[in-house]
Amino acid sequence: MANTTVDPLLEDITGPTPGQMLRRRVFGHQGLIIGAVVVAVLLVIALLAPVLAPHDPYVQNLAMRMKPPVFLGGTWEHPLGTDHLGRDYLSRLIYGARVSLLIGVVAATISGAIGTAMGVAAGYFGGRVDAVVTFLVNVRLAMPVVLVALAVVAILGGSLTVVIVVLGLLLWDRFAVVMRASTRQVRRREYVAAAQAIGASTPRILLTEIMPNVLNNLIVVVTLEMAHAILLEATLSFLGLGVQPPTPSWGLMVSEGKNMMLFEPWLVLIPGAVLFVLVLAINLMGDGLRDVTAPENRS
Amino acid sequence: MLQFILRRLGLALLVAFTVSFISFSLLFLAGDPAAALAGETASGEDIEAIRRVYGFDRPMLVQYGDWLFAALRGDFGESYYFKLPVASLIADRLSVTMLLGVCGITFALLTAVPLGVLAAMRPNSIIDRIALFLSVAGQALPSFWFGLILIVLFAIQLRWLPVSGTATWAHFVMPTIVLGYYAMPAIMRLTRAGMLEVLSSDYIRTARAKGASELRVMFRHALRNAIIPVVSLAAVQMGFMLGGSIVVESIFALHGAGFLAWESISRNDLPTVQALILIFSMFYIVFTFLADVLNAWLDPRMRSS
Repeated sequence: MANTTVDPLLEDITGPTPGQMLRRRVFGHQGLIIGAVVVAVLLVIALLAPVLAPHDPYVQNLAMRMKPPVFLGGTWEHPLGTDHLGRDYLSRLIYGARVSLLIGVVAATISGAIGTAMGVAAGYFGGRVDAVVTFLVNVRLAMPVVLVALAVVAILGGSLTVVIVVLGLLLWDRFAVVMRASTRQVRRREYVAAAQAIGASTPRILLTEIMPNVLNNLIVVVTLEMAHAILLEATLSFLGLGVQPPTPSWGLMVSEGKNMMLFEPWLVLIPGAVLFVLVLAINLMGDGLRDVTAPENRS
Repeated sequence: MLQFILRRLGLALLVAFTVSFISFSLLFLAGDPAAALAGETASGEDIEAIRRVYGFDRPMLVQYGDWLFAALRGDFGESYYFKLPVASLIADRLSVTMLLGVCGITFALLTAVPLGVLAAMRPNSIIDRIALFLSVAGQALPSFWFGLILIVLFAIQLRWLPVSGTATWAHFVMPTIVLGYYAMPAIMRLTRAGMLEVLSSDYIRTARAKGASELRVMFRHALRNAIIPVVSLAAVQMGFMLGGSIVVESIFALHGAGFLAWESISRNDLPTVQALILIFSMFYIVFTFLADVLNAWLDPRMRSS
């Protein structure tokens, strides 16, 4: 924070630098800060899962089934109680953060690569390329995503890899739409014309002129689609056609707790609440990034 | 206008055609459909026999052509699991899903539009902040979990509503809320943004200047103009919602088309799955087509793009 030492008088004369203004916008945006902190905390928890988890998330202990969490009269031995197989609930939650974040990051990377390639190509070249991409986006949007994902996962067999790949191949639509629109705007700028004039090759223009200038919007869509992928994985796993037991997935934990919901509602409430908080935090971060990087687009 | 409708219709048909091909090719994603159908204990001869009976030995494009023409006549083949014509299975279940969809979108509009109007009347007020928070939170709320919470609260603890089934209107209350809240954030934001734009326009100032009451200005002058894009958004959301009914129907055991989709996916009943993907896609295509035509009709600028 070297800028804080700048002579106040000087700033009064020149006004804040662009860097200072950006920093002020970032730290002045509550949603962005709250979202980023929560995501960072959950990320650290996921990375340090083997250290933080008090028990092995897979070890069953049928003598210790469905012990309540400590705030409902349980013991600190199992702070969030145990599930129907006597597995430590807190440990499963912690390992579940790994599943959710892994799915979010990898699925958004795959769909981001596909959608960005399509959107940038459509926006830059226009014409037939644009028509084809727009058509493909229309086709993709017409297909009900939960239904298609469920069907394909069921056919190929539910596993973490299959779920990630299927979601990655399905969720590129928003990337393509946003990247197409941003590229169309950037393409008309003078620096792109200048690069064309000095004879830069098309790949070079795309990489050095277009991409850096659409990156802000890309990052916003990445966060929103991460949240989308995490929610969808939980939904598929809840419906029994996503990540398979005994993998600790939050959606699966809700599904397993569902049958005991009548007597032990916390089995359903806890994993769902954590899922809700993670998705909310990622969305807050995405909305915040949009506000901060493009203040003119603030809704 | 006619030209726009024809061009848009052509696009819709092309999309529908492509979707039909994709949902048909799911059959081949599974590997050998004959082996899957015959089961694990079948001998090689059995599999061959099934392959001939079902026509899996013919080229894929020929099979697709047959399937498509039969589908156009309303014949989606026979369900592997239920041993009934797929078309009649779906027809039996579709009314529940349609009813749920209509209830869901009505609920979403009745809650999100007034909230959006109130938020736009007093930007940055407490109501605006609550509305914004609800829309952000609503997008992050997993619908299956929301449904279960409602069950715990209203069916188990308070005993106000039945847990599952379709017998009375009370059975539809929770499913309607769970399906409808999903569309609320987008509708609320669009209503708010539209109202803010309209409220700063000249004719609103004129209406206020002639002394029209605030309520009259809001609903008679402003909302009428701001609601146009909301209606077409609602049509698109309706298409999305029908596709999302699979989750809601499986939580509340509503035996609609979404529940049928879940059953048939779990049982590898591919003809039913194919038909359902196609039908849900058709709903989306029809609703977006209607939304675009409505937009173009009301706003001629939309016709050019």
